[in-house]
Amino acid sequence: MSDELKINVEGVGELAVDEDGFIEDPGKWSEAVAKHLAGTEGVTELSEDHWKLVNYLRNYYMEFNIAPMIRKLCKETGFNLKKVYELFPSGPAKGACKVAGLPKPTGCV
Amino acid sequence: MTDNVKKHETPLLDELLKGPWPSFVKEFKTLQDKKAVANDLLGQLEYSYKTKLGYWKHGGIVGVMGYGGGVIGRYSSLAEMFPAVKHFHTIRVNQPAGWFYTSKALRTLCDIWEKRGSGITNMHGSTGDIVFLGTNTEELEPIFEELTKEGFDLGGSGSNLRTPSCCNGQARCEWACYDTMGLCYDLTQTFQDELHRPQFPYKFKIKMAGCPNDCVASIARSDLSIIGTWRDNIQMDQSAVLKYASDGLDIQKIVVMNCPTKCLDWNGKELKIDNSNCVKCMHCINVMPKALAPGKDRGATVLLGSKAPIIEGAMLSSVLIPFIKLEPPFKELKDVIGRIWEPWAEHGKNRERIGEFIERVGKGNFLEEVGIDPVPEMVKHPRENPYIFYDEYLEDE
Repeated sequence: MSDELKINVEGVGELAVDEDGFIEDPGKWSEAVAKHLAGTEGVTELSEDHWKLVNYLRNYYMEFNIAPMIRKLCKETGFNLKKVYELFPSGPAKGACKVAGLPKPTGCV
Repeated sequence: MTDNVKKHETPLLDELLKGPWPSFVKEFKTLQDKKAVANDLLGQLEYSYKTKLGYWKHGGIVGVMGYGGGVIGRYSSLAEMFPAVKHFHTIRVNQPAGWFYTSKALRTLCDIWEKRGSGITNMHGSTGDIVFLGTNTEELEPIFEELTKEGFDLGGSGSNLRTPSCCNGQARCEWACYDTMGLCYDLTQTFQDELHRPQFPYKFKIKMAGCPNDCVASIARSDLSIIGTWRDNIQMDQSAVLKYASDGLDIQKIVVMNCPTKCLDWNGKELKIDNSNCVKCMHCINVMPKALAPGKDRGATVLLGSKAPIIEGAMLSSVLIPFIKLEPPFKELKDVIGRIWEPWAEHGKNRERIGEFIERVGKGNFLEEVGIDPVPEMVKHPRENPYIFYDEYLEDE
């Protein structure tokens, strides 16, 4: 069962992930990791717009140690919510944050 | 469940089978032979009772493509002991307005859920949704596909508009002052994006009650409470009032004395109502339904801000619009909803409910942003602080 909680990224090696597939150590994130994680969220290719969103999330996280609120994300990237879901169909929290290597956003049900 | 898997012993849970009331333990046990997940669920719960600790990890993020809400991720931290509940995700399914089903619809829901999940449901959760309890991540997309094929959709979870919910209104109740089910359906369709794609600081609930009896407890359980009311006089049939009296109802004691604003007067022959002082508490109408009824000029009061305690204590909704007519396409109401979301979504803190937001920024500032003029009905409570500086006093200085 425990092999489920690791991913094997080509050129990077094995990385520990949690049950939802978020990488356990955000420090180990790289573009190769992002590409691998994108595949698990229904994103086959990372376009320029994908990277714009991913890089915004990473920079915000590195500055504030937390993921931005969605409205802020939309405003600062210029993408509306519809566009964000087009880029990451599983949504900004599950999809984009995972690909950007952020820790799992905590939320109340 | 295969024969070599042992049924968990549950002596502590079995205590809950005693007594005349319904028991979830009994329901789980009916599935214990069929479903390993029901067996392990009982096993983990029994273990929890023994150790007095919980074993559900909090905060899983799972979902279906295109939606940011509707599924709540749950994992057991005792997966080695209870492998069948390693994943135990909850799915919220948008309930029909007023919770009316055909038996075919119920069977369809149960068939899907028995095939792809634990078979355990909660009809209904406190938000109003049909709640499916316990499935694996791999089953989520197939469940979503099968539900939508049958005309069902997921409900809300997370920081989005939660599934709007209403009392069964005009379908069953002559006191409904507007079509709660019609409005509920309309708002659900109008705000699909807000319902499925979290974009608020925190959850936002809308509940619709047809009259001030508020059977869905909207005033305590929804950020936006839309409660039916009327603005003309209570309809009265004096002969039916006399009939209640001759049948032995003590109108003075049971009805008149219990009127909170003392606007009733009974002389033994005639009941008089001072409608200008009526606060629409419904007491007299509830006691004498054959003699009294809400007026004919009906609509609703829109209230804002209730919530259960987390950051602040529990709050009740307070008046935003004293009276609004509610007829399709409900344009005025929808417009107001959009306007109250705007300042909250823009300036609200993470996990701040709109009631807390209004307390923080001040109702005056909030109303100004929303573009609604303050009116006396909005006053929640008389001022307790006697040190008041009026504008004209300050101007004199």
